[in-house]
Amino acid sequence: MLNIQYFASIREALNRSEEELELPRDVKSVQALIDHLVHANPHFEAVFIGGGDSKNGRVLVAVNQTIVDRKHLLSQNDEVAFFPPMTGG
Amino acid sequence: MISIQNEDFSLADEYAAIRTRAGDAGAIVSFTGLVREIYGDASTAGAVQSLTLEHYPGMTEKCLKDIQLKAEDRWPLLATRIIHRVGELYSHDQIVLVATASAHRNAAFESAEFIMDYLKSEAPFWKKQKSANLSSWIEARDTDKTALDRWQKS
Repeated sequence: MLNIQYFASIREALNRSEEELELPRDVKSVQALIDHLVHANPHFEAVFIGGGDSKNGRVLVAVNQTIVDRKHLLSQNDEVAFFPPMTGG
Repeated sequence: MISIQNEDFSLADEYAAIRTRAGDAGAIVSFTGLVREIYGDASTAGAVQSLTLEHYPGMTEKCLKDIQLKAEDRWPLLATRIIHRVGELYSHDQIVLVATASAHRNAAFESAEFIMDYLKSEAPFWKKQKSANLSSWIEARDTDKTALDRWQKS
């Protein structure tokens, strides 16, 4: 099972903090996962659109707690997280 | 040493602790970040009542450890201390502490700044500000990203 977590403004916009997902066979990359999530939840589109591959995109992605780009390939049991650019310190 | 915590910290206690750990350091630099009155645009100026800090448990610790190791690779550090608070904070509260100890001051100054620059751009913390009748997430600033450039060039 894929574990998906959402943080900060992304969590609020999607009204969801965490979910488990059986990785569909045709979902290989982070981008494919995003497409899959948007297809299943049309209200996700506004949040994920415009993120693109840019490092400054509004939605950052971490897989197993490391930031990756959207071409990153996923494995079953990965921990995937979506969040906005960080504002700590 | 790295801590993510709700509680406040005492600079005096942390200074004493790093001074002991650092053995015969010739320099200790510490930076403390505080909650400012005003974040963001003028529409909320002066009205901010509190700041809530959210983080990604697990990744935060991993990220800060990576940043600490990067700094230790680059400068001869005898000890480092990072504390970042989470939860609800108010104006003038302490948010973050970075302290570094080295034989000489340049290494201590530069590494403390390096750790703060990376922490701001790479550690998964997010600030939400609350005023009387609205709350909003603070947007990341480009200047925090450009602060990293000089460390990557040299």
